[in-house]
Amino acid sequence: MKLEARLEQVAPIPLAADISCDGGELLALVGPSGSGKSTILRCLAGLHRPTSGYVRCGGETWFDATGAVDMPPQRRRVGFVFQHYALFPHMSALDNVMVALGHLPVAEREAKAREWLARVNLEGLFARRPGELSGGQQQRVALARALAREPQALLLDEPFSAVDQVTRRKLLRQLIQLRRSLDIPIILVTHDLEEASLLADRMTVLHHGRTLQSAAPAALLAQPASALVARLTDQPNLFVGKVLRHLPEFDATEIDWQGQPLQAPHMPVFAVGAAVCWVVPAEGVILLREDQQGRENTVQARVAESLAWRGHASITALVGGRRGAALSFATGASVAARRGVIPGASVSLQLQKTAIRLLPPDPTVIEQLRLLSELPS
Amino acid sequence: MDWQALSLSLKLAAATALLLLPFSIWLARRLAWAQFRGQGALEAAIMLPLVLPPTVLGYYLLLGFGGASPLGLAYQALTGRSLVFSFDGLLLASLIFNLPFAVQPMQRAFASIPRELREAAWVSGLSRWQTFLRIELPLAWPGIAAALVLTFTHTLGEFGVVLMVGGNMPGETKTVAIAIYDQVQAFNDSAAAGMSAMLLAFSFVAVMFVYRLGRPGVRR
Repeated sequence: MKLEARLEQVAPIPLAADISCDGGELLALVGPSGSGKSTILRCLAGLHRPTSGYVRCGGETWFDATGAVDMPPQRRRVGFVFQHYALFPHMSALDNVMVALGHLPVAEREAKAREWLARVNLEGLFARRPGELSGGQQQRVALARALAREPQALLLDEPFSAVDQVTRRKLLRQLIQLRRSLDIPIILVTHDLEEASLLADRMTVLHHGRTLQSAAPAALLAQPASALVARLTDQPNLFVGKVLRHLPEFDATEIDWQGQPLQAPHMPVFAVGAAVCWVVPAEGVILLREDQQGRENTVQARVAESLAWRGHASITALVGGRRGAALSFATGASVAARRGVIPGASVSLQLQKTAIRLLPPDPTVIEQLRLLSELPS
Repeated sequence: MDWQALSLSLKLAAATALLLLPFSIWLARRLAWAQFRGQGALEAAIMLPLVLPPTVLGYYLLLGFGGASPLGLAYQALTGRSLVFSFDGLLLASLIFNLPFAVQPMQRAFASIPRELREAAWVSGLSRWQTFLRIELPLAWPGIAAALVLTFTHTLGEFGVVLMVGGNMPGETKTVAIAIYDQVQAFNDSAAAGMSAMLLAFSFVAVMFVYRLGRPGVRR
């Protein structure tokens, strides 16, 4: 079973999205608010009709603008968990789930609804109404209701956004366990990258209704296709440089960054002298010891900020004292303490060549960095 | 006590409430959820009976129902009777002047149902009708009940429009409110007092009921 869709429209929110999700796969749609994530889910469920495109699931066409097919939501068999759950407030948890069991004979519905509520660990709360349940419990009722329909696709619209951190962790763990038993496509809309990385097999980045890149979360974070994707996935180390020369014999392209030469993997598409954006994940920035000086791509920086949290320290250091050249990296909090990485301290950092990725120049990113570098540090 | 007038009033009130119920639900849902051209004008028109002097409303209804109007002529051709000064004419007028009382509370009730809830019902497999019966009606019923009670009570008490359109024909158009006026004119104070007290008590209980419905925390 595979869910595939192409969705296009101009208004009210522009869409030009390609969605593809295999059975048993969890696809996360990420992007800033207003990027059309929820609208895409609504199109898949039949709650919104795009101008053109198609939606197919498991060999069945749910929507096709050219063939004039537009199945109503009742016939699409999707499980939909709404952002605020949309439980029926006048019904008990059990009745809420039974509503979605219309495909079963009446006599079997109650037993099945109990079974689903038990699967999401809500035994004993069958008779409670949504108003008498906590946020996390409500979310689980909503999940049980969505799954009770025996859907051909499960759609989750920011299902963790309305609960507190602690509950969120519990619910995340539960969903990770639950999805092992599901062989349908699951699409999760979220603006939380951590959540997406934890849950998703694949991630699709959206901007203004356009799908920019789809890849496994780790691959997408390590190799963004554009500066825009890097920015939308909250990559802290995104900069502008100039191509100095290509060194194919060393599989390298050398760029100039803030008057400092840096070696990146060989990328002959960028002409010598041209401006490029480049990105390095925080993991690609290494804090060097005294005896490790002289490695390739070493820069001197001054620590501007060091935030320790649960044994990890997130550090920002400025190269040449410039705000537009702020490198972010992480290390153990104890390591940071031992090496005296405190604001004002001078550190040597290595930017791992293989972790650096050159990207086509993006005018917005260039402009932002220019503005930043004009600010006094 | 003018029992004939009272029973006529009850009949008129019940018929008005029952006939308005399906139409108002349909109209209130549309006004609450759909957006269409002329919506503002339509909403204003529905509210007019609240602010117009009953005599003005009655005057226009009299014109609209009269023997020279298309509606009056059609009714005359169908039944052989005149629409004005008849129970049917009074009922039609009553349906019109009760529109704001029926539509307003229902519109508010339907508007308070989040769209997500109906969508959740659809994706759960409920048809539009099932969604209406199992989700919308139970959630909107305090508003619907309030609308029915207000319509019923308001019909019992309406005076100006009834007098203009219905006149004062015993058993046909003489409602309890008109009967009270008659008794006062005839210096029959005790009869007027009895009927007035009864209307007062009934209206008070009805309005209290409506407020109870509207209060949060009432278990639905």
